Amino acid sequence: MFKSLMTWVDDRFPATKMWNEHLAEYYAPKNFNFWYFFGSLALLVLVIQIVSGIFLTMHYKPDGAIAFASVEYIMRDVPYGWLIRYIHSTGATAFFVVVYLHMFRGLMYGSFKKPRELVWLFGMFIYLALMAEAFMGYLLPWGQMSFWGAQVIISLFGALPIIGEPLTLWIRGDFVISDATLNRFFALHVIALPIVLLGLVVAHIIALHEVGSNNPEGIEIKKNKDENGIPLDGIPFHPYYSVKDIVGVIVFLMFFSLVLFFAPEGGGYLLEHANFIPSDPLKTPEHIAPVWYFTPFYAILRAVPDKLMGVIAMGASIVVLFLLPWIDQCKVKSIRYRGMSFKILLVAFVISFIALGWLGMQPATVVLTYMSQFFSVVYFGFFIALYFTSKNEKTKPVPERITK
Amino acid sequence: MIHFFGKNLLTVILLSFSGLVMAGGGSVHLDRAPGDLNDTESLKRGAQAFADNCLSCHAADYMRYNRIGRDLGWTDVEVADKLINTRGADGEKTKVGNLMKVAMDNDYASVAFGTKVPGLTVIARAKGADWLYTYLRTFYLDDSRPSGMNNLAFPDVGMPHVLWEKQGLQKAVFKTEEGTDGNPKHTFEKMEIVQAGTMSVEEYDAYVGDLVNFMVYMGEPMQLERRSLGIKVLIFLFIFAIVAYLLKKEYWKDVH
Repeated sequence: MFKSLMTWVDDRFPATKMWNEHLAEYYAPKNFNFWYFFGSLALLVLVIQIVSGIFLTMHYKPDGAIAFASVEYIMRDVPYGWLIRYIHSTGATAFFVVVYLHMFRGLMYGSFKKPRELVWLFGMFIYLALMAEAFMGYLLPWGQMSFWGAQVIISLFGALPIIGEPLTLWIRGDFVISDATLNRFFALHVIALPIVLLGLVVAHIIALHEVGSNNPEGIEIKKNKDENGIPLDGIPFHPYYSVKDIVGVIVFLMFFSLVLFFAPEGGGYLLEHANFIPSDPLKTPEHIAPVWYFTPFYAILRAVPDKLMGVIAMGASIVVLFLLPWIDQCKVKSIRYRGMSFKILLVAFVISFIALGWLGMQPATVVLTYMSQFFSVVYFGFFIALYFTSKNEKTKPVPERITK
Repeated sequence: MIHFFGKNLLTVILLSFSGLVMAGGGSVHLDRAPGDLNDTESLKRGAQAFADNCLSCHAADYMRYNRIGRDLGWTDVEVADKLINTRGADGEKTKVGNLMKVAMDNDYASVAFGTKVPGLTVIARAKGADWLYTYLRTFYLDDSRPSGMNNLAFPDVGMPHVLWEKQGLQKAVFKTEEGTDGNPKHTFEKMEIVQAGTMSVEEYDAYVGDLVNFMVYMGEPMQLERRSLGIKVLIFLFIFAIVAYLLKKEYWKDVH
């Protein structure tokens, strides 16, 4: 019965073919480790955000006069509205945690290298879209930090010569953040950017499945195939990795629940205290800091004394990530077989990123600004040094087959 | 707006050192609020204190009267009796299902106190319990202020000391020391009662403690439910994790 139904469908739509290509007969290296959970987790969080977002949209009012109250209405009068709202706000942070770890994995094992440059580029565009999505979503609760955070970030565009001021006006739709801004950010947050994100995620996965997954050893499993053309070191994604990823999902959900149910404000870092005061164009909060996932770039912005140069530096800090496949010229992929120079550089990069993230949350005192400048130099230094050292790196021989 | 980032923001950032804790301004030591959300009697006393003292000028208009009754164990009749002091435009007493709106209008408040009167529903989440507890206990006499009172936690606050009859009147004693920058620095030393109130210091602290406890509850009325649901979810996930791990192990037996 089921079989004949599937035949009927398959004659008209490649359902079985797609299932096989992407799951049952997609051969993934058998040696995925801890770091390989974060791709599927990112997909999970995307689904969580879309589903919880749909329910929030049913009750939220994108209107400057009642937006703040409608969030509190969701928190109090909508049955389990508080749960949906906290899922969505915790999900935003979870998304960035997962994506940062996913990107770090790529960096460590050289997953951005040939033939996976497009996988990396699509991924970077996802990251960019995600930042826009998060930024616009943060305006919607319409609290003080929503308002002033958006005010600060949009005003950055004003630093651009000639087009700067008209551009900020065009983005806001008003001279200050206002109802017009709230409405358009709502439209972009719930429709435009999610569509872009979904499209990019599909492209990211199709590109990955075209070239096949990298692995902690950095060995191309497609080089060693059996007589049926199946990689000797590969195993079908389904059921092996689908059952393995379920374990990852549950463990992830445990951490997610710890935040969601026991610390949804995240000590003021996830839901900032000032955002429980309705937006007021006449009262600037004492300390405006972006949410944690933007702070490394914010610290780079503030490290440069000149506003325009700061904006350029911040832009460059993201653009340079796109270029990674061409900056890193080492033929060996995995950190396991790469030289000491790469290991040192990567450690320095991670330290600078975390330090900048912390500095971006702090008030810009003289000492802290010096520190921001120092770590900004380390951040960019990573890419420059990598460009020059990677070509002649002292690497170890990479094995032919996956043995560990 | 051109120079917004360059000037205002940097000034703001430079001037503030502890934006999260000291949301009200001024870097005063905050006393620890003695709150306990499981203490329903304390919450009930706090709700009564809130309705009697705060609700005439401040709104709590994201909260419904009967939600308090449901959560704290009052019937609708009791809620109407104890907490509701307002009437609608039709002269009827405000219904228990209504939001806790305020009788005073905002234009009047702007003239009387020089500022809009903030809503208080989620104020505990913005300022923190310790700040509220300190703020409500550190009003002191200051002739330079229009209301004759100033506040340690919120310098030059517009709000008069509504609870003065209960607390009494106190004056703040400052000591002057040389600061690290060489300029004289005034630091708060202690409060001295000038005129006793109807309550002792301990009674007043407990009264404010109950009030703040209620405001913490009101800021997020589902807090207790949130935690108890969280424990159930974690137990479920823990059991699921064991099953999922065993399933994974079974499948992966044949991978070498």
